[in-house]
Amino acid sequence: MKPANFEYVRPASLEEALVELAKDPDESKVLAGGQSLVPMMNFRLARPERLIDINRIPLLEGVESVGDRVVIRARTRHLALQNLSMSTPLGSLLRTGAAHVGHLPIRTRGTFGGSIAHCDAASEWCLVAGLLDAEMTVRSQARGTRTIPASDFFWSIFTTAMEPDEILTEVSLPALDDSYRTGIAEFARRAGDFAIVAATGAVQVVDGVVRDARVCLGGVSEVPFRSAAAEQVLLGQEWSPRLLRDAAEAAADEVDPPSDSHGDGEYRRDLVRALLPRALAGAVR
Amino acid sequence: MSQTVPVRLYVNGDRHDIDIEPRRTLADALRDDCGLTGTHLGCEHGVCGACTILVDGKPVRACLMFAVQAEGTSIRTVEGLAPDDQQLHPVQRAFWEKHGLQCGFCTPGFLMLVAGQLEEKPETDEEEMRDVLSSNLCRCTGYQNILKASMAAAEEMSG
Ligand SMILES: Cc1cc2nc3c(=O)[nH]c(=O)nc-3n(C[C@H](O)[C@H](O)[C@H](O)COP(=O)(O)OP(=O)(O)OC[C@H]3O[C@@H](n4cnc5c(N)ncnc54)[C@H](O)[C@@H]3O)c2cc1C
Ligand code: FES
Ligand code: FES
Repeated sequence: MKPANFEYVRPASLEEALVELAKDPDESKVLAGGQSLVPMMNFRLARPERLIDINRIPLLEGVESVGDRVVIRARTRHLALQNLSMSTPLGSLLRTGAAHVGHLPIRTRGTFGGSIAHCDAASEWCLVAGLLDAEMTVRSQARGTRTIPASDFFWSIFTTAMEPDEILTEVSLPALDDSYRTGIAEFARRAGDFAIVAATGAVQVVDGVVRDARVCLGGVSEVPFRSAAAEQVLLGQEWSPRLLRDAAEAAADEVDPPSDSHGDGEYRRDLVRALLPRALAGAVR
Repeated sequence: MSQTVPVRLYVNGDRHDIDIEPRRTLADALRDDCGLTGTHLGCEHGVCGACTILVDGKPVRACLMFAVQAEGTSIRTVEGLAPDDQQLHPVQRAFWEKHGLQCGFCTPGFLMLVAGQLEEKPETDEEEMRDVLSSNLCRCTGYQNILKASMAAAEEMSG
């Protein structure tokens, strides 16, 4: 199908984009990579009256280390993250995550911030944001800048804490030091599809003992799911393959996954059991 | 009727001045306004890859970009792949020689995908090429000859 009519606006600066967005926030949409929005418009599942194209705005792209944080600007393309030269556990997580997002021609256009703003519960970047307690910086003309932690940001499928007049400008993540290990494992029917279930982990092991444990699952609820049960099992324990299985078992018990055409709830639970140890095994080499 | 806007596209080195509605996708503009029907449309939601073209050298889905967004970029379509009327691009020649196509519907998309990959990285190995090829769908060949053709092109272009 073909999209409905809209007015096209291509601001040259963030300030101009915010002014344009403020004119009619409810009927306007920000256009980033277009890899989620345009399919929805082609099927007329979305019919925005105005599109604010942020692709020509300078300084909205790139990854930067700022003290003990790493800042990813919103329009950073998936491909740039796949090619990131950052030799840290976070760099490795971002590269592997990007390699799981769609395919090459999707990654050349699609953006990190677009994925976060779109809020698909199986999206790799929403999972990473949930896993690492990311902080989202958003800006509006009326209220200026505010920062929203991941725990408050993801509300429901396709719904975030952002107001319609706000633009996501950057996402800040902790620059995990070398005592951390990170991993991601997922299952999809075809390479590049959205995962049916995805598991990510970031674990700090000092002298064989788990000092910090983060586990985040996708495809099991409407938003990225931090498994407190799995984290509890891991924390303070001696690292062993057995521990990974116990953590996965706890996570599988804790989740209450939906059933849909891609798989029923029990199947998704089984995937959690299978995938979480793999993600965590990657997490500690 | 909504407003049309003037848009200037550079496709395969040629300038096209067209008047279009902003909702016109790049794929439709190439086909209907520039007369370049080599770019095919299958799914119109990014999944099949029939519409894959190069924008500033990178493979993109032409069904997921609006033509207005492509202003000022350099666009390449399958019509611009061969250097002239007498020769084929190495990727085209390899698809011909290794039987990388049957009905041909998916072929322009695969050619642009593989040309984009190999012009950026001629030394692409088979494992990476499999991952690249997973971007697009073909209902006829079973992919094996597409892979063979792509690796033959890689060998020629890196050698
Ligand atoms: C075939 C295919 C396979 C895919 N597979 C995967 C996959 O496996 N995993 C995955 O995670 N994704 C996948 N995607 C989606 C892809 O990652 C998209 O790039 C991403 O979901 C949205 O990013 P975008 O930049 O394209 O955003 P757009 O499509 O431009 O926008 C998406 C939404 O976010 C809003 N938005 C975008 N940027 C901002 C901003 N800075 N501020 C405020 N609002 C904003 C838009 O208004 C819109 O509502 C796939 C897409 C396709 C077509
Ligand atoms: S028509 Fe563009 S990907 Fe199928
Ligand atoms: S050759 Fe027929 S779809 Fe690929």
